[in-house]
Amino acid sequence: MNIPTDRKYSKEHEWVKVSASGVSIGITDHAQHALGDIVFVELPETGMEVGAGEVFAVVESVKAASDVYAPVGGKILKVNEELLASPEIINSEPYESWFIVIEMSDQGELESLLSADEYGQFCKEE
Amino acid sequence: MDNLLKTPLYDLHHKYGGKMVEFAGWALPVYYSGILDEHEAVRSRAGLFDVSHMGRIEVKGKGALRFLQMLITGDAGIMVDGKAMYSLMCYPHGGVVDDILIYRFGPEHFLVVVNASNTDKDHNWMVQNKTDDVEIINLSRDTAQLALQGPQAEKILQGLTTVNLSELRFFRMLCDIKIAGFNCLVSRTGYTGEDGFEVYTSTCHAQALWEAILQAGSSDGVVPAGLGARDTLRMEACLPLYGHELSPDITPLEAGLAKFVNFYKLSFIGREALTDLFEKGTARKLVGFEMEDRGIPRAHYAVESGGREIGSVTSGGYSPTLKKNIGLALIDAAYSKQGEKIDVIIRNKRQRALIVPTPFFKKQYRNK
Repeated sequence: MNIPTDRKYSKEHEWVKVSASGVSIGITDHAQHALGDIVFVELPETGMEVGAGEVFAVVESVKAASDVYAPVGGKILKVNEELLASPEIINSEPYESWFIVIEMSDQGELESLLSADEYGQFCKEE
Repeated sequence: MDNLLKTPLYDLHHKYGGKMVEFAGWALPVYYSGILDEHEAVRSRAGLFDVSHMGRIEVKGKGALRFLQMLITGDAGIMVDGKAMYSLMCYPHGGVVDDILIYRFGPEHFLVVVNASNTDKDHNWMVQNKTDDVEIINLSRDTAQLALQGPQAEKILQGLTTVNLSELRFFRMLCDIKIAGFNCLVSRTGYTGEDGFEVYTSTCHAQALWEAILQAGSSDGVVPAGLGARDTLRMEACLPLYGHELSPDITPLEAGLAKFVNFYKLSFIGREALTDLFEKGTARKLVGFEMEDRGIPRAHYAVESGGREIGSVTSGGYSPTLKKNIGLALIDAAYSKQGEKIDVIIRNKRQRALIVPTPFFKKQYRNK
């Protein structure tokens, strides 16, 4: 299973990447694999506030709908509209397919997230 | 998964990378490579399904035909030896016990194939309603059932038998024929809207037969296919699924299956209630719809018209063939006309949909 070390992870199988271009959030390789073929994504509006642990998006595979939780909270600056037209790229490139970019309201929230190693271990145990 | 029932092909599902899920108490693969891949393979080439979880119940004896005539809404009297027939069993109030496939071996010998989730219920129902001159035997655990479906199905299966399959007509069967050297019952039937076959054999031959079919079909692109594709394929073809389009609370007339109810038969369980309903007209009707707004309709979502609830979605999802979001809904008959707009409530939002003709997908395969 692919788990890049340049970001942090939640137990709900989302990733958070902090970079020069902002704080982006997406779902992991493990998550896309568990969901199967993704055929639909519902994204929030830019400008909305989302709290850590809150649902901010929905992904639907052929089989079922699943909520996507925000690992950290803040104001949504950008949403990736490319996912609306081509949701299948979440399956093929889960770590490139960011859902939203946010302005974090509390940097401290990053501390409670898992490192790549910890997340890998968590997936094995689950 | 340990407490679930396992089909004779359980080990092979692991070998082929099946993602196993619980279905009607059974451990079965929802997909191997992916639902979209498998769906596409069945529409364009062929897919092999393990449907051993379905119930297989033998009906034998002097009174077998008379018993079936009382039990089902269709007319078993018109069946000849070697014929398969789709039918329904109803309760006295007209609700559905199950939808079934019946095979006739002879006037005193039939096989009834039922939904996995209903096997025990159906068996009990049959035993309860049988006469002394009828024997009901549950063969479900002694037999395996495979479905090979898709345009290449005949070519693939033909490679494994000397019997001329091109002469096997739709809804006919051949019993005691050899497929890959194993004794099988083969019928030209399925649940995908494609040409194809269902193959029944003893549990002990199931794995070898599965492997032989996959090997014989490898150059024609056959793939193992799971429950996920089975569901999307049957939904596009508008084939009902018990627990969704049919239930004890839904009559065949509401589900659009009136042609499977033979009112000229003087007596069968449910006849009075269904006759009454037929004469009065049903208050609810099953319709097919396509989403116009974004969103995927799913079973149990509410359906509204002008802000008033008029029914609910029975099955819904993404159609891989049409690349649209589609569904079936049981709604107030007053709103059931083609071209009518309805709202499907998806995560508390009204999303517009259009009632369209069904089936969503129909293939002109050789239906001789």
